[in-house]
Amino acid sequence: MKNKTNVLPREGEAQPSRCPDNTAFKQQRLPAWKPQLTIASVLSSFFLTGAFCLTVGVCLVLSANSVREIQIDYSDKCSDCSKLRENSSNWNKECHCSVNFTLKENILGDVFMYYGLQNFYQNHRRYVISRSDAQLLGRNVNIQRSYCAPFSTYRNGTPMAPCGAIANSIFNDTINLFYNHNSSVIQVPLLKTGNSWWTDKNVKFRNPESYNLSSAFAGTARPPYWQKPVYLLDEEDERNNGYLNDDFIIWMRVSAFATFRNLYRRVRRVRHFTEGLPAGNYTFHISYNFPVTRFKGRKHVILSTVVWSGGSNPFLGIAYLVSGTAATLTGFVITGIHLKLRKKKTYFQRR
Amino acid sequence: MSQGTAGGEGAPQVLPEGKERQRKRRRRKKESKTRLVRSSLLLPEAEPEKSKRTVLACNRLKTTKYTALSFLPKNLFEQFHRLANVYFVFIALLNFVPSVNAFQPELALAPVLFILAVTAIKDLWEDYSRYRSDKEINHMECLVYSRTEKKYISRYWKEVKVGDFVQLRCNEIIPADILLLSSSDPDGLCHIETANLDGETNLKQRQVVRRFLELDSEFDPLKFTSVIECEKPNNDLSRFRGYIIHKSGKKDGLFKENLLLRGCTIRNTEEVAGIVIYAGHETKALLNNNGPRYKRSKLERQMNADVLWCVLILLIMCLFSAIGHGLWVWQYGEKKKPIFDVPGPDGKYLSPALASVYLFLTMIIVFQVLIPISLYVSIEIVKICQVYFIHQDKDLYDEETDSQLQCRALNITEDLGQVQFIFSDKTGTLTENKMVFRRCTVSGIEYSHDDNAKRLAMYQEPDSEEEEAAPKGGTLSQRDSICSHQSIKVMHRSQNTKTHRRTGSRAEAKRASILSKHTAFSSPMEKDITPDPRLLEKVNECAKHLEVMRSHEQPLSHLSPELCDVFDFFIALTICNTVVVTAPNQPRQKVRDRFELKSPVKTIEDFIRRFTPSRLTSGSNSSSSSSLATSKSMHRFGLSTLSSTSTDSTLLKLEEKLAYSAQMNNNGYSSQQGRTAVGGAPEEGELRYEAESPDEAALVYAARAYNCSLVGRLSDQVSVELPHLGTLNFEVLHTLGFDSVRKRMSVVVRHPLTDEINVYTKGADSVVMDLLLPCSSDDPRGKHQKKIRSKTQNYLNLYAVDGLRTLCIAKRVLSKEEYGCWLKTHLEAESSIENREELLFQSALRIEKNLHLLGVTGIEDRLQDGVPETIASLRKAGLQIWVLTGDKQETAVNIAYACKLLDHDEEIITLNAESPETCAVLLEQCLQCVESKFSNNTIDGATGNMTVGFTPLYPPSSSVLSSLGLVIDGRTLAYALEPALEDKFLALAKRCRSVLCCRSTPLQKSMVVKLVRDKLKAMTLAIGDGANDVSMIQVADVGVGISGQEGMQAVMASDFAIPRFRHLEKLLLVHGHWCYSRLANMVLYFFYKNADVPAEVLIAIPQLYKSGQNMEEYQPHMFWMNMIDAMYQSLVCFFIPYFTYYDSEVDIFSWGTPITTIALFTIILHLAIETKTWTFLHWSSCIFSIILFFSVALVYNASCPVCHPPSNPYWTMERLMGDPMFYFTCIISPVVALLPRFLYRTLQGTLFPTQLQLGRQLSKLSPETRAQLLTKLNVKETMCQTRLFADSFSPSLGSNASDCYKADNQSTPLPASPQTRESLLREDTKADHKTDQTAAASPQGAVLYEENKLPSSASGLERSMGFHEVRCGTSEVESLPLGTTFPWSSAVDQADFSLLKWITSTPLFSHIGTVLQVSSSSLQNETQDSMCVLGSSLHVDFKGLKEESSNNLQDKMKGNSTDHCKNENSETTFL
Repeated sequence: MKNKTNVLPREGEAQPSRCPDNTAFKQQRLPAWKPQLTIASVLSSFFLTGAFCLTVGVCLVLSANSVREIQIDYSDKCSDCSKLRENSSNWNKECHCSVNFTLKENILGDVFMYYGLQNFYQNHRRYVISRSDAQLLGRNVNIQRSYCAPFSTYRNGTPMAPCGAIANSIFNDTINLFYNHNSSVIQVPLLKTGNSWWTDKNVKFRNPESYNLSSAFAGTARPPYWQKPVYLLDEEDERNNGYLNDDFIIWMRVSAFATFRNLYRRVRRVRHFTEGLPAGNYTFHISYNFPVTRFKGRKHVILSTVVWSGGSNPFLGIAYLVSGTAATLTGFVITGIHLKLRKKKTYFQRR
Repeated sequence: MSQGTAGGEGAPQVLPEGKERQRKRRRRKKESKTRLVRSSLLLPEAEPEKSKRTVLACNRLKTTKYTALSFLPKNLFEQFHRLANVYFVFIALLNFVPSVNAFQPELALAPVLFILAVTAIKDLWEDYSRYRSDKEINHMECLVYSRTEKKYISRYWKEVKVGDFVQLRCNEIIPADILLLSSSDPDGLCHIETANLDGETNLKQRQVVRRFLELDSEFDPLKFTSVIECEKPNNDLSRFRGYIIHKSGKKDGLFKENLLLRGCTIRNTEEVAGIVIYAGHETKALLNNNGPRYKRSKLERQMNADVLWCVLILLIMCLFSAIGHGLWVWQYGEKKKPIFDVPGPDGKYLSPALASVYLFLTMIIVFQVLIPISLYVSIEIVKICQVYFIHQDKDLYDEETDSQLQCRALNITEDLGQVQFIFSDKTGTLTENKMVFRRCTVSGIEYSHDDNAKRLAMYQEPDSEEEEAAPKGGTLSQRDSICSHQSIKVMHRSQNTKTHRRTGSRAEAKRASILSKHTAFSSPMEKDITPDPRLLEKVNECAKHLEVMRSHEQPLSHLSPELCDVFDFFIALTICNTVVVTAPNQPRQKVRDRFELKSPVKTIEDFIRRFTPSRLTSGSNSSSSSSLATSKSMHRFGLSTLSSTSTDSTLLKLEEKLAYSAQMNNNGYSSQQGRTAVGGAPEEGELRYEAESPDEAALVYAARAYNCSLVGRLSDQVSVELPHLGTLNFEVLHTLGFDSVRKRMSVVVRHPLTDEINVYTKGADSVVMDLLLPCSSDDPRGKHQKKIRSKTQNYLNLYAVDGLRTLCIAKRVLSKEEYGCWLKTHLEAESSIENREELLFQSALRIEKNLHLLGVTGIEDRLQDGVPETIASLRKAGLQIWVLTGDKQETAVNIAYACKLLDHDEEIITLNAESPETCAVLLEQCLQCVESKFSNNTIDGATGNMTVGFTPLYPPSSSVLSSLGLVIDGRTLAYALEPALEDKFLALAKRCRSVLCCRSTPLQKSMVVKLVRDKLKAMTLAIGDGANDVSMIQVADVGVGISGQEGMQAVMASDFAIPRFRHLEKLLLVHGHWCYSRLANMVLYFFYKNADVPAEVLIAIPQLYKSGQNMEEYQPHMFWMNMIDAMYQSLVCFFIPYFTYYDSEVDIFSWGTPITTIALFTIILHLAIETKTWTFLHWSSCIFSIILFFSVALVYNASCPVCHPPSNPYWTMERLMGDPMFYFTCIISPVVALLPRFLYRTLQGTLFPTQLQLGRQLSKLSPETRAQLLTKLNVKETMCQTRLFADSFSPSLGSNASDCYKADNQSTPLPASPQTRESLLREDTKADHKTDQTAAASPQGAVLYEENKLPSSASGLERSMGFHEVRCGTSEVESLPLGTTFPWSSAVDQADFSLLKWITSTPLFSHIGTVLQVSSSSLQNETQDSMCVLGSSLHVDFKGLKEESSNNLQDKMKGNSTDHCKNENSETTFL
């Protein structure tokens, strides 16, 4: 009721005045910069932006143009293989094919070999989460409680190692590059390690602790689409086997787009290839395992160099150029408006 | 303890068991409407146990919503009433569905829980403060009779039960509704102050139940055996019915005069006791206290609408995605499932339909940000900040009361920025409710009381408080000591300090707060009137003469008529009222032994007996005490029947008795004098006057200033102390109380000196002037009288113009025969049972005639500081102000004039209708009239027809502003508010600049507000200070209470409580605008900005407020514009990284992180574009958020590789930051995203600046420049007003204007160049042409034209009004053609001129300039108006007006043209 307010001063008490403090903050009078967005004040920013964007754009376009890249779609090159792979029951039948191509000029510098996939929606929502990071870290976890389902265990209860749809769908083509040098065929030396992120290789992925790998993965089974268990991914290099296999690690880093490429090999710069790939005829020998027809996809193999600004994609450079041009043009237009208003003598700009 | 029996509720009875059942049954029907109350003392001790089951409320106050246990469920339940909360919980729960979830469920729950928790904590805090205040009230103490101790003991309020006996002392607050059974007052009266309930500060009288009044001994609760039967608890404050059944079986009626209401304060009565009838929540006060309406701000409503749009967009987006997804899944066919399509946990693939359903739900989660969960939280937080800032505003702090603004509603701050209608109470809101005697006219001579005016001015200077406080220190300490013994309960007292009167300084306030404990009306400002020396001298002279005459036994007629009038004037001031005299330290004490009879003449016998020494006794007086018929004791009229048989014979004796009584009276006089000599004089300063209306008290104080002081009043006698004469006792024969029809009151007294029977009448000038004795113009005396009257009438008009409340004082001398004759009929009237009121009224009319005018008084109902200014600037801000008051029409109109609500040159439509039909006709006519006026047709004699309705109080002098004021009284309002008429009423009211509703009830007030709110869909604000405004405050969109004045009812009901009316200006114009603008911006951009247009500019240019009213900052199209812009920006943010990283090895996180970063940059830069003011807070918050983002991202991405499956962004950020592409992407995207908006803002800021931006522009100028510019604007403004005013009052001025113009031209330092002169003349004619067709003129010209009007009108005024500053203004412009040498010495002038020009020069947006140039636009209206007047065929009466306005027009046109061309010149030269 009316007596409710407790803000009343009590009589007799020396009540400190409730007058609010006269501080800049409380009276909302903080020193402030009050920019006015008028033509004159922003004119310079348009031109500056334009100049900057144009400069960067030119640099980017130049650097993107300096990239040498060769991309070969081999999804249909071995038509029998792709037909074979359409039927999943043929999974254990081997299929090899080779693709020839000619380099017209040398590719100098570090040459990277990628496999590229089109229409493979690695970013599918349910696909992305279908993994168990804990398992990949070598921990003994109950993967049935992970996001791996339905690729977590077999009906008999044997857990899959590695579990999940990502691991199950690993890109399992093997690609080798041969250089036809003076009628002799030289296998191009390729590095299969060192392609993944250092943190992935050394932090995120661990094999389970045991005296050897096969015992570490005892009691687990390979994922259904796999041809061999995880501990046989690279029988030559112990440090590239199991979960630590670079190809596996790279595959597990799911791509953002349906069209993507993953780094597969690097050309080892020895002997003929110290400068890069010399011009000439080359052949890809491919063990064709990965089916793409099911999802109307394509697969490529790509040889490319890299520059500081990434790959051969010129988009960013063009974007810079376009927006730089736009900003500059706008700058001119508003300068025109500005001057016109001035001329009309009605526009009064105070200095 | 309690044994009240509430019927119909199965309450246990105290009746013997056997009969009880049967009685109960019988009663159940009957008692469903009544309540029985018995003394709780009659019960055995064990009874309370039983009575606990009764449903009677105890006195405990409980306003809390929750208990400790019920808080969580109840609060959650309440919170889920909010649709948004339900939505958010739904989203969060959706996340727990495995096949749908998008995020980790726990994570998704967090924001929802946060919101709920924040709200819950807020609610908890509010409830806790309610609990605390409840506790405070519940633990107040009062005296309750205890059976065991056989005396009154102190108990808490909450322990008081129905049936308890409570004793209350002076100044205590009444704890429950109590039936008054005993009072220390000899007449069984008790004064209460009901300010807490109805806002009226005057004292009300309450009466002890009759039978208990007649008790000889002290009231003893133990002996109370009666049963009280009364109404069930209800909320009608003005009604109480019931009866008390005594043991003897006799019944006595109970009326509202017997009931002391909870919350009122006992005044001037030492002790009262009574039985509790209603307690706690059943008291009338609490039943009246409905919970406040949940208010939702307009912005919020609008925002909710937009949120609904968002929902729609969301659903469309989700649907689109779902269908797309379904198709996509479907295209792969049943058999050839792609390897990346993960089957469900059971190994089966989802069908396309099911997949799309799931995706739909998932998308809802993913897109939930579209419906901003943070918005609601942010709004809450921002509002809390706003409330904090409003609280902290120094300008809203009132030093006197040491109180500041209280925001009681947290959720409608931004509504303050959108108000369109203000409904204001008058008394206590606009005025201080403090009547101050200002001036008077006695027998045609005006006494201006200049010293008094100076004194009053002193109160407004806060600096003077120290000097003022010093000389009064003595009395102060005295008062302190007096009050100390009474302040038993300090806390109790603290309630009272609120009610002290308004005073001019803090020292005053303190003093007043001390005084207020004793009396209701006693502020030094009202009391210490400085007499006018001339009048004082006359009074002294007069008294001296009288003394001489009395000692020489000369008849009074030897006195000069003027002195006689002066003397009578003051006597009338002193005695013609109902003022109660009290000494401060003790309650009213009556000395009974002076006369046997305590009441005015009631019967002829009475009359005779009174004038007879032998003191004949008769038994008749015992039956003459039905005091319940009227509430005012002073005009208690007996019911005793006149013994008609004896009348004639007694009348015969009349003459003789009267002669004797004169002698007796003289005896009485002398004895009085002796007594006064002993104790009267020193006490004089201590006497206090309490009146039912403050102006009565003001007059008594005024008279006291002239040493004519009222020292005592009994029901039959008034003692007046006069200089030289000592105390005179006037025998009051009759008091004819005030009523609103007669508009006057009279007392019939016997003059102790002349022994004549005098009638003193005091009343409204409109009625009293007509009742004067017609004076013949033949004899010189009559002529003199006539002259006096006309002079007085002139002064009366002058007072009215000044906004003073005028009262006429008149006198009539009755011969004994006349009196006897009248008395007979009067007594008949008094004694008649049927239509007694009517007869008494007739009787009063019979005696109040042939009056002799003594003088008039002008009382100022002091306006609060700054009220006219506030109203003016609020009006400029486009607010329509209505005043709803319970006051009588004359008073209300006076005040309206005083506070510039009505202007003297405004046409006033007065609606006073007697029936709905007349009301309908009146409305129709007025509407037609107004409409015809607006459409510039002739008024076609409407004024002639409107004899009743259209009464222009002041002739529509020049109709310059074409503004109308509407005055409507309560009864007419009631008719007008009926559904059939309300539309017409509104249509009329809309046209009026101001509306004044007089004599309106609280309900009507709220109905009016509701009508406007609902029908006009307008944002309404109601402001008031008393409980009578509560309903209105609650109905309005924004309710504002004036705190610290009249109780807390209004404050409790309000959303905002401000100490004074003037604070409304800043609250609305500055804070309202800020809150609105910022919140609107925030809603649009989901962020909060600190400041925009600075306070000074907002105050100075109230027009800026219109942006809020028009909802400029948050318009539907802006929502869509923003949505489109947001869409564009999001596309940019998505596709630039998309194409950049297309066909690359980028993984999902390395691509997502740049997008997030880009989005952040875009948002912050967007904000930077929209932010109008950058303080270090903004800089730091922007920088901080960027730093925060990066550091959190870095830390999070480095912290642990498997922490939050399935997302695993380990080391992403670290890697990205080593990649130049990341930076390039992050730079280009925001730039591309924001370029369009930036360009838009730039162009808009340059080409189409809004008013607000112009206001900001103003603020960019240096402080001095700004100040000067603003003052200049204001000066011009005021000048315009003055001019209008002057125009309307001195028509001759207008005719001078052309001369003025010439003079002006001559005085202008024109350059010698003849070319300029020529061009000037050319422009002159051109401008003339332009004026004729303003509409056709080019926009630029029009603008300039408007602008230039300013100086022109000023220069026109200059000569007559003596404004010299203006001349500098104009000559500044005029000297421009000099061209080569700019005479501008200071940069300041340059700045403001250029700005003005800048504002108006932008041709496309001339209207903005127009609005900013308030004064100019108003002037344009003026011109148009006068042109219209010219164009129309006028009523004959308006001939003069026509001439005048044409003169004005001429003047204006000429003035304009000169300045116009000069400005053109100036422009060219300048550039």
